[in-house]
Amino acid sequence: MTTAPPDRSAERSPTTAAASGGLSTETALRLHDLMLRSRVLEERLITMYKQGDGYFWIGGPGEEAFNVPLGLLVDKGQGLDHDYLHLHYRSSGTLLAMGADPIDSLRQMKNTASDPYSKGRNFAGHYSVRKWNVAPVSSPIEVQYSIAIGTAQAQTKKGTKGITIVQGGDAGTAEGDFATCLVWSSRKGRELPILIIVTNNKFGISTPYEGQHGESRIADRGKAFGMQTATIDGNDPETSFHALKKAIDYVRTERKPYLLEAMVSRLHGHSSASGANFVKDEVDCLTRFEQRLEEKKVLSRAQMDEMRAKYTQEFLTASQKVREEPQPKAETIWDHVFADKNYVGGEN
Amino acid sequence: MATMVQAIRMALHVGESKLGVTDIFGEDVGPPLGGVFTATQGLETTWNTPLDERGIVGMAIGLALAGRKPVAEIQFCDYAFNTVDLLKIAGNTYWSSGGDWNVPLVMMTPVGAGIRGSIYHSHSFDAQATRIPGWKIVMPSNPRDAYGLLLSAIKDPNPVMFLKPKALLRAKGKPGEEIPGEPGDDKTLSKMIDAPLGDRTKWRPEWPKLEELYIPIGKARIARPGTQVTVLTYGRNVPMCVAAAEELAADNIDAEIVDLRSLHPYDWDAIKQSVMKTNRVLCVNEDTEITNFGEHLIRRIVEELFYELHAPPKLLAGAHLPGIGLADALEHASVPQKDGIKRAIAELAKHEP
Repeated sequence: MTTAPPDRSAERSPTTAAASGGLSTETALRLHDLMLRSRVLEERLITMYKQGDGYFWIGGPGEEAFNVPLGLLVDKGQGLDHDYLHLHYRSSGTLLAMGADPIDSLRQMKNTASDPYSKGRNFAGHYSVRKWNVAPVSSPIEVQYSIAIGTAQAQTKKGTKGITIVQGGDAGTAEGDFATCLVWSSRKGRELPILIIVTNNKFGISTPYEGQHGESRIADRGKAFGMQTATIDGNDPETSFHALKKAIDYVRTERKPYLLEAMVSRLHGHSSASGANFVKDEVDCLTRFEQRLEEKKVLSRAQMDEMRAKYTQEFLTASQKVREEPQPKAETIWDHVFADKNYVGGEN
Repeated sequence: MATMVQAIRMALHVGESKLGVTDIFGEDVGPPLGGVFTATQGLETTWNTPLDERGIVGMAIGLALAGRKPVAEIQFCDYAFNTVDLLKIAGNTYWSSGGDWNVPLVMMTPVGAGIRGSIYHSHSFDAQATRIPGWKIVMPSNPRDAYGLLLSAIKDPNPVMFLKPKALLRAKGKPGEEIPGEPGDDKTLSKMIDAPLGDRTKWRPEWPKLEELYIPIGKARIARPGTQVTVLTYGRNVPMCVAAAEELAADNIDAEIVDLRSLHPYDWDAIKQSVMKTNRVLCVNEDTEITNFGEHLIRRIVEELFYELHAPPKLLAGAHLPGIGLADALEHASVPQKDGIKRAIAELAKHEP
């Protein structure tokens, strides 16, 4: 599983006609493939947790329709000329779309020594990929909004085309860090090139949106700071793709902040702490998208079932492999307390 | 001889002109003020932030991750307490990412009592700071060490906290504490690098030809050699302890004052060597006494050097009070003073097992 998912657009659909509104068939198929892989990956992670192959699960089933387009649209790379991502613990779809190997997510779930994101130290979904400017995901919510202004400021000072993208949930916007991000990024003459994303699943663990917010739309908070804002249906990959493209293009060109609120679902609850079982009363973006693809005859139900079965088997096999990989040795707790070189400054 | 605040300014100048410092920022750090203690006057890369300490620390982390070399200031450490979880992230990012992202930033902040700062300009931060693994923590007691420790902090690829003892910021160096390259005459230096009062828009400093000086992080200094009692201290209390020891010398009490300079990592070899020579230990600092950094030092000394000790180790620290009161008598009674230090040293010196 070291290669990106193959592009099957040619074998499945000879036409280039729009499969889903404004998306080309090729893009629709690519989105579907990654959304499905991401969903099956999360299902495998939950299964691993339930079977005792991990201590805790948290992740992003329900955010695929938004997170996958995000991963496809970023300028991926290392350093100021590319985009910095300050994500949250529901971002597996973004990472897979960027080309992450799914087996590495399993490694982090199983906390193996081979876990490339944290060497067995952190929970599932806590990604860190310096070569792609993916800053470490941390469990405290919203802190990434205070840190993101720094990478955006660095891009401004160097005058690059790179932008900073920060993402978190709706409940976290109650923290002061959200206000920090709005204030620091919008000062006149000092605007920062930062796409501020809020994926709104209408919950903070068990507390509903109404119990946490006075504002009807989180995006409205950006208006007070003179920001471009939008609230979109994040369960629709087409809407998400176009809204993200528009927002990213704006930030990249104008070098100013944009606040994008995406309404999404939380299909397996907050985390394994609440059982991680499938929630039936929320919109499932994947089911909805597959129905549309079927109606448009882009893919048949049988084809999609076959894909799902294939990925399920692939990740099962991968999890069996990961189970055999060594755990970190106890003495490694002392590794990486202090750096001996300035790696982020270019030393090697 | 430079004052400590001039030394800090000169170190920052060397930092931004020779060592790659890209951003020096915080509340009122940039023009026109150049810092409430004038530590950042006349520098090239300074800028003012919103009054948002979490934003300042977050900005520093983000700049560091993006390959820049930030020096962030929290105007008083009393206002750093709402940043503690971000300080933890700065300290744990290299570790939690398995060595993927180091975080090369310097945070400097004035600490401690001694300027009649009342409840919210008198806090100490050393106990808090040493509770955040992944940071290096330094605290100078004189201008030369301030200069050399700050240059080392800037060069370090890790987060380094530079605690500025605010009561000493205006204190001048003593002979032997020169900064290499500074003009010997105070007035000359002041004319060169201190901003004039009033309109400063056209003023530019004239920096002396400074040489780089690196005081290694993790190395203590014997501020006064002695044979009978070891005093482990740092920052503001160093000159206070030295003065106490000088006065006690008249009574034939000979105390050794160890200026730790670095709280983490700290110089265990120097501590051990001194304790094995004197067999008696006093820890002096201003932070509140319950869960105090001196308590850690005493715990380790008791565990590792118990049979070297001729007296129970003693801690002289700030009273465990919710704040430091403004009135003279209140401030004096809340943190160690020279007379109390003298009494504690004398008692230890006389104590026999």
